[in-house]
Amino acid sequence: MCALAHYLERKGIATVVIALVHEHAEAIANPRTLSVPFELGRPLGVPDNPEFQLRVLRAALALLDRPAGPVLEEFPDPAPELADYDGWACPVSLSQPETGADGSHERHVADEVARLLPWWDLAKERRSRTTVGASGYDIEEAARIVCRYADGAEPDAPGPERKLSRSLKLACDDLMAFYTEAAAAQPGGAGSQDLSDWFWGETAAGNALLALRERAVGEDDKGMQLLGSLLVLPRSQAHRAEVWK
Amino acid sequence: MTRFADMPEGMAKHLSRLALPEIEGGAFVLGPPLSERRIAVVSSAGLGRRGDRPFGPGAVDYRVLPTDSDANDILMSHISVNYDRTGFQQDLNIVYPVERLQEMAARGEIGGVAAHHYSFMGASDPVPMRPFAEDVAAAMQAEGVDTALLAPV
Repeated sequence: MCALAHYLERKGIATVVIALVHEHAEAIANPRTLSVPFELGRPLGVPDNPEFQLRVLRAALALLDRPAGPVLEEFPDPAPELADYDGWACPVSLSQPETGADGSHERHVADEVARLLPWWDLAKERRSRTTVGASGYDIEEAARIVCRYADGAEPDAPGPERKLSRSLKLACDDLMAFYTEAAAAQPGGAGSQDLSDWFWGETAAGNALLALRERAVGEDDKGMQLLGSLLVLPRSQAHRAEVWK
Repeated sequence: MTRFADMPEGMAKHLSRLALPEIEGGAFVLGPPLSERRIAVVSSAGLGRRGDRPFGPGAVDYRVLPTDSDANDILMSHISVNYDRTGFQQDLNIVYPVERLQEMAARGEIGGVAAHHYSFMGASDPVPMRPFAEDVAAAMQAEGVDTALLAPV
């Protein structure tokens, strides 16, 4: 990504990059880079903290005054911890059924989705937005498509413009976003690792995605193999997979 | 988490093995003082507007994000699952800090905020992104933008 800065500079646009992986920033040597000590996915550091985000932004933009480069500077402070954080619990107590206990992820996940919907509605209202929707399916349909495949059924025919692997990937992403938005609906804050561990370790949907992954890696289609091997289960949760490849 | 040594072992191993592109550098564009710069955000988080074509594996093109887009209309379709998305779910500014830039512009700290911002999908090979990046540069210049803030995830 950071390579884009070189392309833009060559066409006359001054650039400054906020980099999350220090070694990559060193190797790519963009004209101006602020290296930040934050979690991947959080270049501005911490959500809902405009003052801290402004500090990061000001530090980055200050590099534009330098007369020559490449410039690589480090932001000195870690992201602030959640205030008064003493653990997090999902507002709905879910219990993960045994994987494939009755051969149907679909029923278990549909039940979870129904129980989480009021909390997702609340989260959406509080945040005035949702990040669910890239697949184009409503959440019940996304869950159904994912679970039917995980349950071993013949896949639904995707739309004419989309491969099955793409439809499943986007449905998986929407399902994960729906769960974590609903689970973080109550104030008090949930850490990203809490939410990831909860989704993959305590929900039927996490089970369904693991089953989907196992089926996809065994397919002949390259897109499905890619989906199964890299695009569903995070490396941080690799210990939950029967086979990691 | 910024250095390999601070990351979980699996992630550090993955990132340290990534083949980085060899990009010809050397250009270093000077410009006016910060208080006179007009700034656009270039994200690599795979952002797009609700209803846009989602990014897929190998995508090297970009999506245009009007600065006045409703936050509810900005979605993420990056293919990677190896970074946190819950911060983005909570606050769009954590990856796409347009509101923060608007606040800086209102205080006179920067000259202005672009009418359009751009997002690529950072998991793809950047070499074929070059013509698209050059189109983005031309679009910026056409609307008087002189500076880009790049925020990878």
